[in-house]
Amino acid sequence: MAMAEFVLITGRTAKQGAALSRGKDSSEYRQATGFVQMSREDRECLGVEEGRRVRLRTVFGEAELELREGDVPPGMLFVPLGPAANTLIAADTQGTGMPDSKGLVVEVELI
Amino acid sequence: MIVGNVVCPFCGCLCDDIVVTVEDNRITAVEKACTSGRSLFLNVHTQTAKPTVDGKEVEWAEAVDVAARILTDAANPLIYGLSSTASEAQRKAIALADLLGATIDSTSSVCHGPTTIGIQVEGEPTCTLGEIKHRADLLVFWGCNPAESHQRHFARYSVLAKGKLTPGGRRDRTMVVVDVRPTLSTRRADVFLQVRPGHDFELLNALRALLKGQDLDVDQVGGVEVARLQDLVERMKSCRFGVIFFGMGVTQTGGKHLNVAELVALVAELNAYTRFTAMPMRGHGNVAGADCTLTWQTGYPFAVNFARGYPQYNPGEFTAVDVLARGETDAALIIASDPVAHFPRRAAQRLAQIPTIVLDPEMSLTAQVARVVLPTAFYGVNAAGTAYRMDNVPLPLKKVVDSSQPTDEQVLDWIIEKVKTCSA
Amino acid sequence: MLGIINGEVYDPQNGINGEIRDIWIKDGKIVSADEVERAEAEIIDATGLVVMPGGVDIHSHIVGAKVNAGRKFRPEDHRDHVRTRTTLTRSGSGYTVPTTYMTGYMYAEMGYTTVMEAATAPLVARHTHEELEDTPILDKGVFITMGNNHFIMDCIRKGEREKARDYVAWLLGASKGYAIKIVNPGGVENWKWGRNVEEVDDEVIGFGVTPRQIVSTLAWINDELKLPHVPHIHAINLGQVGNARTTVEMMEALEGRRAHFCHLQFLSYGGKPGKRLRSGAAEVARAVNEHPNITVDVGQVIFGPATTMTSDGPLQYRLHQLTGDKWLNDDVEGETGGGVVPMQYKRKNPFNAVQWLIGLELFLLIDDPWRVYLTTDHPNAGPFFRYPQVIKLLMDRDYRAEVCEGLHPRAKKGALLPELDREYSLYEIAIITRAGTARALGLKNKGHLGVGADADVTIYAKLDDKEEMFARPHYVLKGGEVVVRDGQLVRELPGRTLYVAPPYDPGIERDLRAHFEECYTISFDNYPVAPEYLPHGEVVPCS
Ligand code: SF4
Ligand SMILES: [Zn+2]
Repeated sequence: MAMAEFVLITGRTAKQGAALSRGKDSSEYRQATGFVQMSREDRECLGVEEGRRVRLRTVFGEAELELREGDVPPGMLFVPLGPAANTLIAADTQGTGMPDSKGLVVEVELI
Repeated sequence: MIVGNVVCPFCGCLCDDIVVTVEDNRITAVEKACTSGRSLFLNVHTQTAKPTVDGKEVEWAEAVDVAARILTDAANPLIYGLSSTASEAQRKAIALADLLGATIDSTSSVCHGPTTIGIQVEGEPTCTLGEIKHRADLLVFWGCNPAESHQRHFARYSVLAKGKLTPGGRRDRTMVVVDVRPTLSTRRADVFLQVRPGHDFELLNALRALLKGQDLDVDQVGGVEVARLQDLVERMKSCRFGVIFFGMGVTQTGGKHLNVAELVALVAELNAYTRFTAMPMRGHGNVAGADCTLTWQTGYPFAVNFARGYPQYNPGEFTAVDVLARGETDAALIIASDPVAHFPRRAAQRLAQIPTIVLDPEMSLTAQVARVVLPTAFYGVNAAGTAYRMDNVPLPLKKVVDSSQPTDEQVLDWIIEKVKTCSA
Repeated sequence: MLGIINGEVYDPQNGINGEIRDIWIKDGKIVSADEVERAEAEIIDATGLVVMPGGVDIHSHIVGAKVNAGRKFRPEDHRDHVRTRTTLTRSGSGYTVPTTYMTGYMYAEMGYTTVMEAATAPLVARHTHEELEDTPILDKGVFITMGNNHFIMDCIRKGEREKARDYVAWLLGASKGYAIKIVNPGGVENWKWGRNVEEVDDEVIGFGVTPRQIVSTLAWINDELKLPHVPHIHAINLGQVGNARTTVEMMEALEGRRAHFCHLQFLSYGGKPGKRLRSGAAEVARAVNEHPNITVDVGQVIFGPATTMTSDGPLQYRLHQLTGDKWLNDDVEGETGGGVVPMQYKRKNPFNAVQWLIGLELFLLIDDPWRVYLTTDHPNAGPFFRYPQVIKLLMDRDYRAEVCEGLHPRAKKGALLPELDREYSLYEIAIITRAGTARALGLKNKGHLGVGADADVTIYAKLDDKEEMFARPHYVLKGGEVVVRDGQLVRELPGRTLYVAPPYDPGIERDLRAHFEECYTISFDNYPVAPEYLPHGEVVPCS
């Protein structure tokens, strides 16, 4: 069931950076890149608890992630750079070489 | 043994004051580095790793042979990565691309490639980090979060650094952050402007208009009240030395290079009032070096193709994501980067479909789908070399522990020799 | 072993003016005839050809941070100017800012074998040396910018010129530089405050020193260290109408000490500040003639595209405002600054036309060819591969008159050039392109064909059209190896990097550690360029 539409932002975090050197097979790396942050307002409005697994879907792909509450404005989701984020972003670069990886429209679905 | 003044090769800060303790050829302690830097030094392995072909261990000669054959047989080979290797190896990689008539691209294309395009339109008023440390009383961080991505930036070069004209450090500076969400960096700021995603261009454009003294007949732009923009313009005009550091919040959002061009135009115009500079927050340790070496050997910093026997440049045409996603690449040599972990899925999948060769000290996700894996020494930990800081200041990477692995430079040399004999 | 026989030899250093001579080469050096086994030597028959030492460029911007920034932000410069890879050579691109390999090939194809990179900030010298290693064939050196250096200005203010001397010696060794470069002394530091200097006695903000003090101290240091070259000076007010006066004052500020003034054309502007540009060539040439301690290069304007790039930050900002074109600025902590702005020189632009006239007037009004050298301040006034056109202008009065015809009428009115009849001879061309420059640089083995010289030799067809003649030499030898044959590049060799390593009191390093802690963002230990960066490095002795 599609629940709501958000704007997706991907980016670096310190944990993800440190976990890189642990190897991308490491549990650190998977933990550091395998979650999505949502504002408290949105989380409460949707009635989802932290730690719940959710499915994100963009026109380019979908990924399953752990939901966390985070300091993001309502209407926005943040996903750390990593394999999950990559399935959601566009391969079309519109002549720049740079995929659209910030500001995509994303749907959230509870699993 | 204690080794001082070690350069951390992890991020574009290239902090060169790291102290590393080495016992029995193992790093046992790391001082001064941030969590990312520490983790890098402490996790570099020193055991011998053999190259593999199709998952089976082989001798170096054989692996190089297979790699050279894959590359010479390919019609449109791609060489990609470069941002976490030394400039010595980057120079060889470009020589190989020239020899093969290949496409060569660096991770710049998915971080600050749009910055380059913007600079090619509007220019680049910039400086080295020391100028900011010593002079800057106004720091604007736009679409970047150094508190997490470049953790010692504030302390060494910007917000907290004590310089000649800024002896009070933090007290002597105003810190402004523009971002779409609160971050660890926005929490440190004096002023936080929360821009609506995708509205950076509008905001920059509004600042330029206000700088020119034009009235805006709206109350807010991109989610920010005009009064707050007016306040920022006043701060910018009246500071002694200002800087805008900008990150992927500017280059990856809608507008991309246009955002950067607008940002540069604003900064250039501010120089009519005071001194103002701009600087991209380059991410990987030597991504700036990839721009430099590619430029001096080909004329262009990324997205270069040699198919016609001379370098051609065209982002969108010769950038890695595009040539992979369009299925044009029929063999790939990935050097010190992990596109499978970072590229959009369709581009990443292509790497599993074609013969891919990986040069990397780590068993990356790309290495896991590669035909040939060439495990090399880690520059800055077990090999010496050169890296360029985010402000293009070149620094010497040290060898602090021995490794029996060859360097990227050596392996590329072997491949070049092999390709020459293959094609002769 | 190799012999070049029956050539018409121009070797001004040895007083040879077009005599038919044989040149013998062994182990990369010129040797006397009796040292060679003729039967075993390769013979190049130079009958009817002109033989000269390899060209020596005293001032050109070919490598390093600024040049590379220029390449990076000017893709429009490269697209139509490419070089295809061959089995011998690398590919490349660029017109005013060509890539490193292409630069090496193009200089060699023009008969030049030694080129001096005109400015590098010591903080980024490592970058410069990496690029030099990728610049084949040529022997090279780097001038190190010091005219706005904090440590030096502090020493001057405190009256500690011996300390400044030791620092300069250390700095040249640490950056593997060849000479002291001074760019807009004090003005670049003031630009960091949004200002500049306008007079030789203006004050540098925060340091209480003046351009005069900076220049005279560095000239004294240069003599003390017995450096092979002299201080290489880009004076104040470059490009400003009316700067001829301060240029002459700067020459006088040296009080007889030796110095080189670069791209003098940009510094010989008459007229009143803010008014129309007039030629100041007569005034400045007179000063040069009267100061035997001074050598100069011209920086001749070439009509067409150029890229301005200097360490002169305020100048580059002014050019950006003037042209409205994209602007690159790069302030370097505690040392210098700089910028890059694209440029087009047009015959029909009165300002550009006067610039062109001034350059040629300087060439023709300075009496002693041993003290005036051919440059275009590549790529500031035009690209280096247009030198042959300048040679034609100097050797051919009619051609000069012809080009003059096409200039903007306002520029022609009252111009001096049409009255100057002087034509350079081949002997004089050999002086201003190799013998004189090698002498000024203190390169004892360059710029001549006497026994013991490096076997860098260029052989031209003797043509009436001097541009054609000098553009495509038949043969070029570098260190005794034939690199160009029948006008074709046939060999790629690495060139050497020449640098100095003057002695200094090691006690200075203690002060420097403290200075680095305070003033730099990199550590003292990571600053010097290690010898590994110069696999083809060679120390030129100071004496
Ligand atoms: S800030 Fe960057 S360079 Fe400095 S220690 Fe951390 S990861 Fe290394
Ligand atoms: Zn110059």
